[in-house]
Amino acid sequence: MKIAVCVSHVPDTATKIKISQDRKAIDQTGVTFIINPYDEFAIEEALKTKEKLGGDSSTCSITVGDDSAKETIRKALAIGIDEAVLLKTDKNPDSINIAKALAEEIKSLDSKIVFFGKQSVDYDSGIVGQLTAELLGYNCISVVVDLKIEGNKVIAEREIEGGREVVESELPIVITTQKGLNEPRYPTLKGIMAAKKKNITEKEIHFEQTSIEIIEMNLPPSKQPGRIVGTDVSAVPELVRLLREEAKVI
Amino acid sequence: MQEKILAVLEQREGQLKKVSYEVLSLANRLSKQLACECEGVILGDEISNITELNKYLSGRIVHFKNSQLNIYSPSAYSKIISNYINENQFTVIVFPNTALGIDLAPRIAIKTNSAIATDCIKVDLIDDNLVFTKPVYAGKSLINFKINSERKVFTIRPNIFKAEINEAANSSIEVREVSDLDLSTKVTSYKKSEGKLDVAEADIIVSGGRGMKGPENFHLIEELAEALGAAVGASRAVVDAGWRPHREQVGQTGKTVSPTLYIACGISGAIQHLAGMSSSKYIVAINKDKDAPIFNIADYGIAGDVFEIIPALTQEIKKIKS
Repeated sequence: MKIAVCVSHVPDTATKIKISQDRKAIDQTGVTFIINPYDEFAIEEALKTKEKLGGDSSTCSITVGDDSAKETIRKALAIGIDEAVLLKTDKNPDSINIAKALAEEIKSLDSKIVFFGKQSVDYDSGIVGQLTAELLGYNCISVVVDLKIEGNKVIAEREIEGGREVVESELPIVITTQKGLNEPRYPTLKGIMAAKKKNITEKEIHFEQTSIEIIEMNLPPSKQPGRIVGTDVSAVPELVRLLREEAKVI
Repeated sequence: MQEKILAVLEQREGQLKKVSYEVLSLANRLSKQLACECEGVILGDEISNITELNKYLSGRIVHFKNSQLNIYSPSAYSKIISNYINENQFTVIVFPNTALGIDLAPRIAIKTNSAIATDCIKVDLIDDNLVFTKPVYAGKSLINFKINSERKVFTIRPNIFKAEINEAANSSIEVREVSDLDLSTKVTSYKKSEGKLDVAEADIIVSGGRGMKGPENFHLIEELAEALGAAVGASRAVVDAGWRPHREQVGQTGKTVSPTLYIACGISGAIQHLAGMSSSKYIVAINKDKDAPIFNIADYGIAGDVFEIIPALTQEIKKIKS
């Protein structure tokens, strides 16, 4: 069985955001791109699942993006993914368009277990896994921090406010992964060398018109630095007074 | 086209969640602006404070009832709600951006052929169009956008929109018993985490960073949080070091929070952390290094030793609370 893992190519989380000239996106000049941090857990879980299933199971990553995404795809291959698909577009598709492209590719790979990071750290929508599952008619468990797959049965724990839900379902399934699920492995030198020989299949994709029309991207209103109340414990009563009387928050 | 709004409300263990009032208030406001009908929908078994909803809406609230709906099932919930949307031709569907809302909304978007946007912090009617604002890049920037689709699904961030009691509210709750649930994916149990309050839901958060020097010193943070009725948060550095669990992590790759008061202790303010908490209403920073970036966004700061200041602050808070 082919285990699919969907990988996004995103700006490094340390990036200081500048807005592009048309004010609809970020200025990518000088921005370093990385594997979406949540996708690292998805990749690790795909590799662990393959190791557990054994036999002729293999892993395939799928990425929607332009040529620059190949750098990220090579990293996934270096970590241990067997092969990769790049669904090529220069456009900036919305979540549903991305999900449609991924669903079609997953169908042609005939994967019954699909991993996603729980959200991409660019648009932070957190829905592409669920959308894709729904389009495929697969079951889906999101924000997973613990996972067991036994035959057709799936038992997962998902993170919710103040605790975890234990969720039961069955294959075929989409799992979206959260930090804490596993400890992602790093690429080894051997892995990096092997990745150079692995295959990246490229397919051009075309989108219907996107339904999300960005009017403008802005930086958040900058906060004025407040005041330093003091440098030692003698400032504590004044701080509490300000919180009570000025901010009225305690 | 005539719009029709549906507010999807949430309960946990038979108790309405506070964000339900926020969702309903927003839906009610939009229905006035668009001069259209508005309803609420909630799934569950017995919901103890359900009549509270009547104060927020002029319109019907439908309660789909079954003992098995007391806990979440993505398959059952998404079928019931999307059937209801399709049958009644709702065009604008509002969810809370909670663990449940973010899981459920995209499933319903596909089943109802809607476009979808999540985590909105502002929704206004401008020139007959709904215009939404959503943080991207963990809040390092914001986008204003329209949703060009006959049917729109969106989720709103908790704690941002006001829950407004509507004097003219005259809603009624209609209970509909349902059976034959699709439980192909279902929650079988709930494990409450040890911490008392979740950072994503708290009004006040006390967070600790590397300046706390070690996990053994976090009792100071916990005691201050306890005195304030606050949740405990943590920076990525201390979560990665294994001092604190990931569920407490605030910032990019953790949780984005907007509490009323955020107290950062021994946190210097890495860009990823600031992104996740800078929309807090009031920020207090306690840090030895007066040049730490956290002071650039703090309303009030004490540039001093956390080990002296936190216990003193805890004492002072206890004093005023007693």
